[in-house]
Amino acid sequence: MTTSGWHTRRNTRCRPLDSHAIATQPVHDAHEAHAHAPHLRHHFETVEQQREASSFGMWLFLLTEIMFFGGLFTAYLIYRNWYYPAFVVGSHQLSIVLGTINTAVLICSSFTMAMGVYSAEMKRRTALVGWLLATIVLGGIFLGIKADEYHEKWEKHHVPGLNFSVQDFTHPTDAEPALPLDMAQKTQVYFSLYFAMTGMHALHMVIGISILLVLVVKAWGGAYTTGHMTTIENFGLYWHFVDIVWIFLFPLLYLISRHQ
Amino acid sequence: MSEPTRREQLDQEPTHHEEHIVSPKVYGLIFGALMVFTALTVGASYLELGIFNPIVAIAIAVTKAVLVILFFMHIKYSSRLTKLTVAAGFFTFLVLITMTMTDYISRAWGLW
Amino acid sequence: MSTATIVKLPPQETASLPRRSYLNSEYGLKSWLLTGDHKRIAILYLISITFFFFIGGAMAGLIRLELLTPQSDLMATDTYNKVFTMHGIIMVFLFLVPSVPATIGNFVIPIMVGAKDLAFPKVNLLSWYLYIVAGIFTISALVLGGVDTGWTFTTPLSTHYLNTHVITAGLGIFIAGFSSIFTGLNFIVTIHRMRAPGMTWFRLPLFVWSNYAASILMVLGTPVLAITLVLVVLERAIGIGVFDPAKGGDPLLFQHLFWFYSHPAVYIMILPGMGVISEVISTFSRKRVFGYTAVAFSSVAIAVFGFFVSNYSALVFSLLTMLVAVPSAIKIFNWAATLYKGSITFETPMLYAFGFMGLFTIGGLTGVFLGSLGMDIHLTETYFIVAHFHFVMVGGMLMAFLSGIHFWWPKMTGRMYPEALSKLAALTTFIGFNLTFFPQFIVGYLGMPRRYAAYPPEFQVLNVLSTAGATVLGIGYLLPMLYLTWSLKYGKIAGSNPWQATGLEWQIQSPPLTENFIETPLVDHEAYDYEWLAHQTEHEVQTVG
Repeated sequence: MTTSGWHTRRNTRCRPLDSHAIATQPVHDAHEAHAHAPHLRHHFETVEQQREASSFGMWLFLLTEIMFFGGLFTAYLIYRNWYYPAFVVGSHQLSIVLGTINTAVLICSSFTMAMGVYSAEMKRRTALVGWLLATIVLGGIFLGIKADEYHEKWEKHHVPGLNFSVQDFTHPTDAEPALPLDMAQKTQVYFSLYFAMTGMHALHMVIGISILLVLVVKAWGGAYTTGHMTTIENFGLYWHFVDIVWIFLFPLLYLISRHQ
Repeated sequence: MSEPTRREQLDQEPTHHEEHIVSPKVYGLIFGALMVFTALTVGASYLELGIFNPIVAIAIAVTKAVLVILFFMHIKYSSRLTKLTVAAGFFTFLVLITMTMTDYISRAWGLW
Repeated sequence: MSTATIVKLPPQETASLPRRSYLNSEYGLKSWLLTGDHKRIAILYLISITFFFFIGGAMAGLIRLELLTPQSDLMATDTYNKVFTMHGIIMVFLFLVPSVPATIGNFVIPIMVGAKDLAFPKVNLLSWYLYIVAGIFTISALVLGGVDTGWTFTTPLSTHYLNTHVITAGLGIFIAGFSSIFTGLNFIVTIHRMRAPGMTWFRLPLFVWSNYAASILMVLGTPVLAITLVLVVLERAIGIGVFDPAKGGDPLLFQHLFWFYSHPAVYIMILPGMGVISEVISTFSRKRVFGYTAVAFSSVAIAVFGFFVSNYSALVFSLLTMLVAVPSAIKIFNWAATLYKGSITFETPMLYAFGFMGLFTIGGLTGVFLGSLGMDIHLTETYFIVAHFHFVMVGGMLMAFLSGIHFWWPKMTGRMYPEALSKLAALTTFIGFNLTFFPQFIVGYLGMPRRYAAYPPEFQVLNVLSTAGATVLGIGYLLPMLYLTWSLKYGKIAGSNPWQATGLEWQIQSPPLTENFIETPLVDHEAYDYEWLAHQTEHEVQTVG
């Protein structure tokens, strides 16, 4: 009995497979039992190959994300060096309390995501759903706090291009030093980078939470607790990466020279 | 020459790695460490360390990132290929930073 | 063992296409638009890329028409700016970058490594749809009134001073970038993880190595372009000032970020073409590529070096530009050494390959002139640069693309094209190309600036020659469109291996089955092993028919 496709015939060389050869091949029997897992895609030989390939693919995608955010970090590096006083004052406009809370929230969400992956590996359906829901809730808290911060920036006229005013920097009402006008104008560059970097990060969070909602529904149906949890694993990689981006954004944006 | 078995073939490949399930205890420890480092970085920002302020901040951030990558993202238990891929990504990012810096340092560093 | 009969077509009286293939496995528009089959996606790409090529070519035609006369009389200078911008954007992002990887690479790479498909067929299809959306955005920018920044989007011109559809075009390129990233990602995973048993890295055809190197560049470089375009769009849309000097930004930062992609991009464009040339030269000299390892490693070296040359800052640039020419030169030497004492025949793919070798060498050498600081000061922003990159991209890359299309056409369609007509087209293209672009070296050296609709009258003769050449070149490109389409119905049946080439793709039927192989192949011979092929053919003659 010959089975089709993926079983290797070790003693045969490559043969030209023209129409004559095909005509003399044994007919592929559609009713033969496919002796493989239902989630194995036909272009892969084994489940292990499929899992390793999809994990590798996800890592390559994360590489593109490193380079994508990398451009923003490069811009930040240059401008922080050029306009340091403006960056200090700009950074002090952000709430260190909210920033720290958000950092803690994201680290918690990474923990809950990792526990979700563990539950999938252990084939515990309700635990998996629970951990995924916890991750969604924590992500939502993060975005909620972020929205509040953005709102505050809008109120205080710190949004570049839309309603920016240098008043707070040339004539500060708090304990900050007053900046000369040209340096005060450079705070716009700081806030441009603030919104670009946290905005891009938040967009990635929104996409992540949307995918999580889909995953929760499918996890409830038992899709990931039967031995095939590659999707959860790979999504976990994405979620942890988004956390890592924030791990760098927090000190770079919130903690510039807080000792002054 | 006998053909290697599938298992032997896979063992020799750089993409092969053992199935390793990381325990919740490890996750918990890493979580704790990350929280401690977060507190550290906030605290350090209130200290007057001159040029070392940004250096300490980046160093702590890198440490946290490494912990997440190694344990939450399972790189410690991954194949050689995956480790190499991650390294390649960060290397290219460093190339971008360095190349841009060499231009700016040579003509416009710290001056405006 | 006979090498006398190279083109071994089946006896035409009884020849017929295989009963089952990827072309007739399913019928209907939906089966094509929702396919996961890498071969069908390659055909989809081929059709759409050809479409955009002709739009970009029409733009080129308009440029050459304008430049017939010294005055800017055919169109206003603003319109001229829009025409050459669109020509650049379409040709670079919608033609050159995807050409070989998305059409030939998609079709052939899974078969070359011995797999049934790429690692992620759905991502492959998504890649094509992203390409189409990108094309729609770009054509919209054209139709809505055009964009006139030049394909390089230089700030602050693009962010602040121009009133044209920069955002639409920028978004189009952003989307095209992701199409490219997904193709590259797919190739890398496939090449690493889906090689058949026995297909070690150093048994892979060099076409695979070249596309692998290009894919690394796609994955690592394109995202930087993406973020740069996002920042340009944001700056235009809501006025954040990352590149705007008035707001404290630095236009040079744009240049650093833009060229971090755009210089490796030229290697993304040329490396797959070089892969084609390796295959074609080996096949039509019946000889293993000389220095396989050197060619394989030089492909990766070009990719790595490419990132380091992106720093377009004086001193470092000069040195590194010289260095990056070295791996490219290594390849030319290796191909020449392959030809030496080979059994050379002059089929159409080989004619294009010869054209490539000569024209790419000239183009590449002029790149070294441009890398020399003193010369660059004189030559920069002149037609010398225009000629340089057209020699490498059109004389090089486009010829390689045509070479590859002709080489793998029998495999993709099961049919041969008319040989005499195709040779005529190749010759026409070569003559037309030289007539178009060689005068541009001269006129650039004499000082004619690029991107200008008007020029001093003493340059007119050379410009007229160039336009005349462009007409001939256009005919040369139109002919394959016609006879390749004709061949789909009336071409001779090709059989599985009309070129007697090595490589797994020539061991299966033409056109291939959807699943490529009936059984997983087991590879036990090196690449370009013509002796193995000869034994194979004898064995086949004994057991079949």
